Amino acid sequence: MAKYIIKRILISILILFGVSIILYTLLRCMPGDYVTQKFTANPSFENSEEKLELMKELYGLNDSIFVGYFKWLFGNPTLQTRGAILFDFGTSFLYDRPVTEVIADKMWISFALTLLSLVIYYPLAVFLGTRAAVKQYGAFDYATTVLTMIGISFPTFFFSAIVVKIFAYDLGWFDTGLGQVSGGMYNPTAWELFIDQAWHLVLPIFVVVVLSLGSIMRYTRTNMLEVLNADYIRTARAKGLSERSVIYKHAFKNTMIPMVTMLAGLLPGLFGGSMILEDFFKVDGIGRIAYTAMNAGDIPFVMGYNMFLALLTVLGMLLTDLMYVAVDPRVKLTR
Amino acid sequence: MKEENKKDAVAETSVPAQEAPPVEAAEGPAAPAEEGAAIDPAAQEPAEGHAAQGEEKGFLADNVRSLSPMQLVLKRFFRSKLSLIGLATIVALFLFCWLGPLFSPYGEETIDYDANGRLNVTVTEIKIPLTDENGDYVYDEDGNQVTVSVWRVQKSEMLVDTLANPSAEHWFGTDKNGYDVLTRIMYGGRVSLTLSLIVVLLETVFGVILGGLAGYFGKWVDSLIMRIVDIFNCIPTLPLLLIIGSVLEGAGVDPNDRIYFMMVFLTLFGWTGIARIVRGQILSLREQEFMVSATARGLSTARKIFRHLVPNVMPQLIVSMTLGLGSVILMEASLSYLGMGVPLTKASWGGMINDVKDPTVLQNYLNLWVPPGICIVLAVLGFNFIGDGLRDAFDPKAKR
Repeated sequence: MAKYIIKRILISILILFGVSIILYTLLRCMPGDYVTQKFTANPSFENSEEKLELMKELYGLNDSIFVGYFKWLFGNPTLQTRGAILFDFGTSFLYDRPVTEVIADKMWISFALTLLSLVIYYPLAVFLGTRAAVKQYGAFDYATTVLTMIGISFPTFFFSAIVVKIFAYDLGWFDTGLGQVSGGMYNPTAWELFIDQAWHLVLPIFVVVVLSLGSIMRYTRTNMLEVLNADYIRTARAKGLSERSVIYKHAFKNTMIPMVTMLAGLLPGLFGGSMILEDFFKVDGIGRIAYTAMNAGDIPFVMGYNMFLALLTVLGMLLTDLMYVAVDPRVKLTR
Repeated sequence: MKEENKKDAVAETSVPAQEAPPVEAAEGPAAPAEEGAAIDPAAQEPAEGHAAQGEEKGFLADNVRSLSPMQLVLKRFFRSKLSLIGLATIVALFLFCWLGPLFSPYGEETIDYDANGRLNVTVTEIKIPLTDENGDYVYDEDGNQVTVSVWRVQKSEMLVDTLANPSAEHWFGTDKNGYDVLTRIMYGGRVSLTLSLIVVLLETVFGVILGGLAGYFGKWVDSLIMRIVDIFNCIPTLPLLLIIGSVLEGAGVDPNDRIYFMMVFLTLFGWTGIARIVRGQILSLREQEFMVSATARGLSTARKIFRHLVPNVMPQLIVSMTLGLGSVILMEASLSYLGMGVPLTKASWGGMINDVKDPTVLQNYLNLWVPPGICIVLAVLGFNFIGDGLRDAFDPKAKR
């Protein structure tokens, strides 16, 4: 077990190295780096080549990709960074703060958004999936199948647009300005502010719930169907157990094995945010911040953000495996 | 068994509420196809709600054993209503996108300069403070200045028929640039559908080759390929493609060609899923007897992989390909929406929805963004229905 985990962690580190090399190379190939973009557009900046070079030097943009990568990884003496290997991703060009600080600051709103959605759609999906599997090929099965399939077929931005059009513009229940707080609140109390902010998150959460419901529901249904075909379910029925007990006690528990492990795999991803959704709803989460940074050529931040996502993915995979061992006594990790 | 008899059986059983034939699906094309003869007990259970069951059963039992595995799959596929709906949707979309423009008076980049006498009207309010005889400003009892409003209305002839409402001339109206929305949807669909087909085909070729190699050779080949798969899996797709998009822009790639390069990169980062499926299947298959036999016969490695192992993975491959088509369409739409797809003069479904970033369009011009959105949903849904239907049809454990 411990050996397995150590091996997995070592492999994860290798993977992260690979990811960082690919990303850094690509990022440095991006045209219009931050310095050129910002300072050539600034009229008060004397547009001399020398100064531009100096700035580029300062921002570490003059090194070759190879040298630049090593400085990013092991620390840059001129910028006084300790390097990504010690989780120091440098200072964001655009936000002018350490990358890790910006990420730590902005990830919570994304986390709140995705966690709240998860809390709603996950149980709902499990419930619907179980019901659909029990009544396979029945009307309920078809209805949920079709509806959830339609759900996963919607692009985020299109569904968001529809939702905003209906609930914000036509019905007027929500602020059409989107964002996180209403404008024009005069001296709100903390409670009013909280309610207002929560109200602004309702629409994005609704979008996430509807769009994510489908895949989990289908996953539950497939698993449940598989379990219902198993021999021990036949045994349970043969013993004369009530259908209720067969399904909700014997079958359901076994269905939950892959479901729970999948949930463990999802957890780290909750911090990653979603670019399109946050950008559409003008929620200042990590996805939106990263999208802005990407357009501005903010290499340290984009690197930091993507490595953060890669780390979350690796963690998710590891957690999934460990969860299997924790939930299912039949599974033993050997390798 | 005669060939016609098989066909008849297929045609007969595509009636929805019919008794399921002995369904014992074959392991794949490479396995001998005798399973049809075995009678599955599940199939003997009376299915609900149809008459003349006994006769049907007798008729079927005579014919069913002649069905090849492929025919069984097709029959099951065509019996499912959802897969038929999906297939019909996709065919309709293809016809719409490729034949539609032939009947449209507008081209993809035709700007309608004939505004039919529509006027640009701007109304401005000008407030003039009221003065009394002495030339002093007048105030009301609350102390507010009393003003008189004058409204200035300016009219000018429209040069381009922009943002026109749906009419006989433009069924879905025109957009901000005076392009006909309906025509643009057709051309946009061409991009999405072709792109998804090509990307998925390339991905599959890539994935089959690499997954096949990894699964067959095992050891360090497997570790190497699987680590590459892991790395590609951990790179977030959307940010990556956005970065690549701007790299391409900087590399001086013609915006018209950019989408083809994006396609290459979508492939490059999308083959990992297929590779995993192929590898997993081959790992278990290569231990089976027919592979021992293949080795004993001294077949070449390439022949063993691509003639004996890969055909056995085909069911899973075909399913994940169809489902992949939908996700590529979604990805392309997202990229176009973010402005990283085709150039603005060209049409794309995602790019057309991008107009909703303007609140006036979002609120008042539903005809601009709802139709392309519905097209995306229909395309993805169609492919998902087909993929789902295929999965059920290929499933050897399926009850009906």
